[in-house]
Amino acid sequence: MGQSSPAVCSPTQPRDAASASTGADLLEAFRSGDAAGFEQAVRQFGGRLLALARQLLRNEEDAQDAVQDAFVTAFRSACSFEGRSSLSTWLHQIVVNSALMKLRTQRRRREQPIEDLLPTFIDDGHQARPAVRWSESAVAALEREEMRQSVRESIDRLPESYRTILVLRDIQELDAQTVADLLGISTDLVKVRLHRARQALRTLLDPLFVVQA
Amino acid sequence: MTDLTCRALIEEFLSDYVEGRLPAEAAAALEAHLSVCGDCVAYLENYRSTMKAAKSSGHSTPQNIPERLVQAILAARPG
Repeated sequence: MGQSSPAVCSPTQPRDAASASTGADLLEAFRSGDAAGFEQAVRQFGGRLLALARQLLRNEEDAQDAVQDAFVTAFRSACSFEGRSSLSTWLHQIVVNSALMKLRTQRRRREQPIEDLLPTFIDDGHQARPAVRWSESAVAALEREEMRQSVRESIDRLPESYRTILVLRDIQELDAQTVADLLGISTDLVKVRLHRARQALRTLLDPLFVVQA
Repeated sequence: MTDLTCRALIEEFLSDYVEGRLPAEAAAALEAHLSVCGDCVAYLENYRSTMKAAKSSGHSTPQNIPERLVQAILAARPG
């Protein structure tokens, strides 16, 4: 990664990062180009940002690279951050952008077509394979990490353009406009893909949650 | 709106309904269909559970950033 000038914002006096306990204080320390403030931000937000990158990128090395790229980008552009959102939210957006850039440069995996995972219907409009109501006890098992891991593995089987939107909308809870802006697509397309992603995930989760006769 | 089919309910209206964005008249038609269609009730409940499962999948044990990554980021800091 190339080096560039530090993002020292001239009107801001360097702050003592050791006292930067709030987000606003930490932002000021970050903006002042203070090394300790930068390190504190890395330690305070890095774990959550890495978890986010792992959700978007299946590969641990890529996820760590995305977080590193994001922190360097944030440090370079700290002066231009106007503070309309929190430092944490801003860093999240930079990590999402960094991860999406990585996804765009990756070779595409062989993917199961989304159509294979969507419900089908007979001529009169009824479901061709009627849904079977899931077991309440199986759904309650989402409290357990191993069940959540199984869900993550199912999400990872979704086609990329659908999985990304599911992660950003239903896991990260970003609004549709933000997701549309990040991906460079319309909010209508975000809505369509999210619905299909949920339907496809429902199909993939069926074996985990369906009531066993 | 009358005689909503399972297909229309699932493909066109379900997403807006679970997010509370379906206009009242369409929501009433959808609920009328649900009152007589157990298959769609099951689909709706499973769809909601899918959203819950996706959300839950993002909850993991607290994760610390590996020290090796912290050091790599600090070393890469511009300036």
